[in-house]
Amino acid sequence: MEREQNWSPVQGGAWLLRRALLGVATLLMISVVVFLGTQALPGDPAIAILGRDAAPDRVELLRQQLGLNVPVIQQYFNWLSGILHGDFGRSLASRRAVSGLLATRGLNSLLLVGLSAAICIPVSLALGGWSAMRRDKPADLSVWVLTTVLTALPEFIVGMVLVILFATTVTRLLPAVSMIPEGESPFYYASAFILPALTLVLATLPYLTRLFRGSMIEVLQADYVEMARLKGVMERRVVLRHAVPNALIPTVQGSALVLTYMAGGIVVVEYLFRFPGLGSALTDAIANRDLPVIQAIAVIQAALYVVVNLLADYLTIRLTPRLRTSHG
Amino acid sequence: MAVGTAMVALVIGVAVLGPMLAPHTPTQFVQRPYALPSAKALLGTDGLGRDVLSRVLNGGFSVLWMSLAATAIGAALGTTIGLVAGYSRSIIDDVLMWLTDVVLAFPQVVLVLLFVSMLGPQLWLIVLVVSISHAPRVARMVRGVTIEIVNQPFIEAAETIGVPTRDILLRELLPNLVTPLMVEIGLRMTWSIGIVAGISFLGFGIQPPASDWGLMISENRDGLILQPFGVLAPLAMIAVFTIGTNLLAEAISRSASNIGDVSPNT
Repeated sequence: MEREQNWSPVQGGAWLLRRALLGVATLLMISVVVFLGTQALPGDPAIAILGRDAAPDRVELLRQQLGLNVPVIQQYFNWLSGILHGDFGRSLASRRAVSGLLATRGLNSLLLVGLSAAICIPVSLALGGWSAMRRDKPADLSVWVLTTVLTALPEFIVGMVLVILFATTVTRLLPAVSMIPEGESPFYYASAFILPALTLVLATLPYLTRLFRGSMIEVLQADYVEMARLKGVMERRVVLRHAVPNALIPTVQGSALVLTYMAGGIVVVEYLFRFPGLGSALTDAIANRDLPVIQAIAVIQAALYVVVNLLADYLTIRLTPRLRTSHG
Repeated sequence: MAVGTAMVALVIGVAVLGPMLAPHTPTQFVQRPYALPSAKALLGTDGLGRDVLSRVLNGGFSVLWMSLAATAIGAALGTTIGLVAGYSRSIIDDVLMWLTDVVLAFPQVVLVLLFVSMLGPQLWLIVLVVSISHAPRVARMVRGVTIEIVNQPFIEAAETIGVPTRDILLRELLPNLVTPLMVEIGLRMTWSIGIVAGISFLGFGIQPPASDWGLMISENRDGLILQPFGVLAPLAMIAVFTIGTNLLAEAISRSASNIGDVSPNT
């Protein structure tokens, strides 16, 4: 952001177009990274999947199945054009179309992340705002201690602590394993979501809480807030009408980060709770060396980051009049 | 600061000296599986009848060296990219920042898993990919600070009298980055521990029968109802380690108030 003052003022639309084009370039580069990391490695992917002592005819069959008998560059473009048409190939383990697997698993994960974000965002805003209003008082310090400890802990540690507390050793109130039978609606299995969602919330809550706390403290010291106070506006109104709306703007980007962070967090959290989502599909696929599934999930994960961030940038511009009209 | 240092020192002590203090070898059968703590096995046994205490004492070194190495390489890589990008004030900056964005798009665990998936669970590969996933995060911080400094008169003066670019980067800019870098390294270390232990937890890191804290949690969680210490002990070690490094980062950042708020998630 620092250098942007040097740029000539551009309209929001042109800026957005530039960002969107950059986003497309990033997506292309992501596909290259995924392809290089899996398929274009030195050595034969077919042998990597089947093992060194696999029968030559089985290797040859797999090579045909994966389309490995054409030059690497052409393999890449075949794969890319498949993705662009929504065709991620066939799973080597289940022989089903990858897109079908992604749809059922993806819905579960989407619900999990959506639920977690729907809890995390309002709770962190409340906690952060509450803490900012009581700056350096015991309440603020206890929030500081809580967030410092929680921030440090990896998700699987948080999740295991929850399992110990609520599902095994201490109490057995909730299931330690998230059972959602395939083909059944996840809405009937609400209890399967509680602990995984709580883990994701606790892992992301500290960041957003601190972000909003800092943002509120900054805004509460701003001239226009001081002005409102001097005019005799009631403190409650000063906070709700003048401070909060402005302090919320940075939390748009912050929430985007929380969402993308949760999208990565599901890998470990779903494995921990054996939750049938995209994250556990990825770990299963790696255990089975199921190349098309690995590629598809990695691309989706990274693409999500690009799209969510683009949306957050757009929203931030819409919400900040200063950025909407001049440079940005 | 003192608490953080004590916590980190405790974990490093256990990880380095633990193997010498362990009463049994980490793979030796001691007692029936999932036995509760007794004089024979102070923290009980795991699902294969191995001594939990001995496995905890032996299981820290892999987490320690891998996360240290990944943090060090990632910080060095990120600092170099950030310095060059911030100082160049040209298209090089735009290209480098775009490349960091490509790496940032992958959740760190997913990036590691992607490369492990076909090349297999090799420890050096995990260290390398974790460090690459840290580099953009360090680079962005370094670039930000560099851009602030680069317009100050002393840099201009150095350029005018013809100081070579390499010396400007290393002797004029780098010393100004020491404090924010220390904070960043503390945060990156916290994340490295989480990722390295997490990859082992998922079963794609160090392989059985070797002993490793992340792996132990995953191996012993099915026996939680019978014998909780097989999970609790390694879990406590990882938690103390990450909280310790995070407290250290926090303490450095508070003592140098001019750095501003650091965001642990980015």
